[in-house]
Amino acid sequence: MNLVSIAWKSIKQRALPSTLTSLNVALGVMLIVAVLVCTSVVNRAFSQSAIPYDLVIGAKGSELQLVLSAVYRIEPAIGKLPYDFLKEVEADRRIVNAVPLVFGDTTEQGAFPIVGTTDTYFEMGATPDAPFRIRGERIGGPFDAIIGDRVARANDWDLGSEFKLVHGGEESDHVHDETFKVVGVLAPTMSANDKTVFISIDGFFQIGGHDVDFDQHERQVSAFYGSEPEKRDEKLKQIRAIRAERAAAPPGTHFHDNPDVLKSLAAIFVQTREKSRLMDTFSLSAEYRNGFKATAVNPIVPMQRLRQQMLGNIQKVLLWMSVLILLVSGVSIFVSIYNSMSDRRREISIMRALGAPRSSVFSIILAESVLLCFIGGLLGLLLGHGLVFVASGVIAKETGLLLNPWAFEPMELWVFPILFALAVLVGFLPALTAYRTDVARNL
Amino acid sequence: MSLLLESIRKTYREPSGSALPVLAIDRFEISRGEQVVLVGSSGGGKTTLLNIISGITLPDSGSVRIDDNDIASMPEVVRDRFRAERIGFVFQTFNLLPAFSALENVLLGMSFGSGKADKARARDLLDRVGLSARLDHRPEQMSVGEQQRVAVARAMANKPSLLLADEPTANVDTANQEKILDLIRSACKENETSLLMVTHTPDVATQFDRVDRLADFNKPEGTGS
Repeated sequence: MNLVSIAWKSIKQRALPSTLTSLNVALGVMLIVAVLVCTSVVNRAFSQSAIPYDLVIGAKGSELQLVLSAVYRIEPAIGKLPYDFLKEVEADRRIVNAVPLVFGDTTEQGAFPIVGTTDTYFEMGATPDAPFRIRGERIGGPFDAIIGDRVARANDWDLGSEFKLVHGGEESDHVHDETFKVVGVLAPTMSANDKTVFISIDGFFQIGGHDVDFDQHERQVSAFYGSEPEKRDEKLKQIRAIRAERAAAPPGTHFHDNPDVLKSLAAIFVQTREKSRLMDTFSLSAEYRNGFKATAVNPIVPMQRLRQQMLGNIQKVLLWMSVLILLVSGVSIFVSIYNSMSDRRREISIMRALGAPRSSVFSIILAESVLLCFIGGLLGLLLGHGLVFVASGVIAKETGLLLNPWAFEPMELWVFPILFALAVLVGFLPALTAYRTDVARNL
Repeated sequence: MSLLLESIRKTYREPSGSALPVLAIDRFEISRGEQVVLVGSSGGGKTTLLNIISGITLPDSGSVRIDDNDIASMPEVVRDRFRAERIGFVFQTFNLLPAFSALENVLLGMSFGSGKADKARARDLLDRVGLSARLDHRPEQMSVGEQQRVAVARAMANKPSLLLADEPTANVDTANQEKILDLIRSACKENETSLLMVTHTPDVATQFDRVDRLADFNKPEGTGS
């Protein structure tokens, strides 16, 4: 019978106070784990390791809103880029891949964002190190769709499921006539892709209700090419010619196959050359900014800034609060064990009379403190991940951040050395009391 | 020679500061395997004597030799180990640990000795005291007589060379007193363990060949404790 099993017996004998004490520790650990998991997910989501492209190009406006809309699909698009601009981007020798994105609509069921894009989006991978895993097929026809894991689970959709889209923006109650069919389902990526429905960009442009608002389109094109008057005039000329042609058509006619000059994009994801990634990203970003054409930003930059400014402090406060709770738990362990010492002097004396050295009774009390902390720590780990599990749905809904509640963070391993140190600290005085127990007087 | 006390002196300090001599024994000895009853009045220093013999309390002076080892001059850690391995203790109030079953109480006695808790031997010991059906019962689930039998089994767990029994039948009903005494005596005989039992009631000493009165060889100057 070793000292730990003797300590365990004593804990079991005082089941209620022991349970309450461990629960106290568990609550502290639970909060620490929850904060660590959330912090890590936020850090990862906002780091380059989560994003396979180097630049997001969008209409002139807020960099943060561009990233939130195009990458995290939380905010609406800030404006539109002329479709023809994609050709300019593609022609740039510094750019390896350019992926156009259009969005704004949502699914009728569940209101998941629709993104119209090309196959290149999937070729770039879910992250720089992980390719997309798609069950089913790639998008072939204009009304084919690939859905994210969360969409599939929430809507109970699978290959072959059909659905309709709700128009975004001002006419958000308008359901498009076209029916889309699920041809592929993405394996979980723990990114915004999980809550996204991907369709082909051609399909998106063919949806009725995405008819061109000529006045607005001309304004956008005019503003976009403002620094290149020749190009601007040529584009406007083309647009006005089509406008005149359509004005002559019978009322109610839909024009699904728009020429490129009438098309707009919400964003373009750009992958630069691997060898000169940093330089290319920097130079492209500067060029677009100086040309007053568009906003081009490495998606990590505004998100890191936001995280640092807002979430950084919140994380620190939460972490410190958790540490304080843990310290209070330590005090409760001390009080619990110390209070029990007066009742246990006789037990300690019996053990000493049976030949237990002072060091053994000291160790038994210390082991008791360590065990209580260890049990509390284990329980806290489970509760912490459980808390993240419970909160993940709400967090995903409110912020778009997808948490994997069961992902183990290496930082969590520090909980146990810290708890061990705490246990030794708070167990020391009661253990010393046991060490000094007068055997003859207490037998 | 199993136990030899020489020139033992023990004086307690009262709260008032005055000295209270308790033990003054020039010589006391027990041979190997001998069974001795020491009769003394309450407060006569019996328990102090047992504590000194077992090394729980140190005498102010004198030597306590058990199997030719002077326990009073040993460092505390060695003394604890010696007590665990060579001395068995049966207390008046049994002193079983309430959180432990009968089997675990016996195993606990072994743990501090050789460090090896021999479950088979612990079961055998409890079987011999008639408690094979009560192995997993905690003290509160056993009768007083059963508890004392567990205490006897625990005391014999490490095959001690000396068993100290402090009024072992004082809290046991008359019917059980004889059984407990028989148990202790037969267990000691079987292991060639010397037995020193202290009591204030000479009635229980009738079975023993050697009955000493503490007052005959303990001559403190004041009143004992």
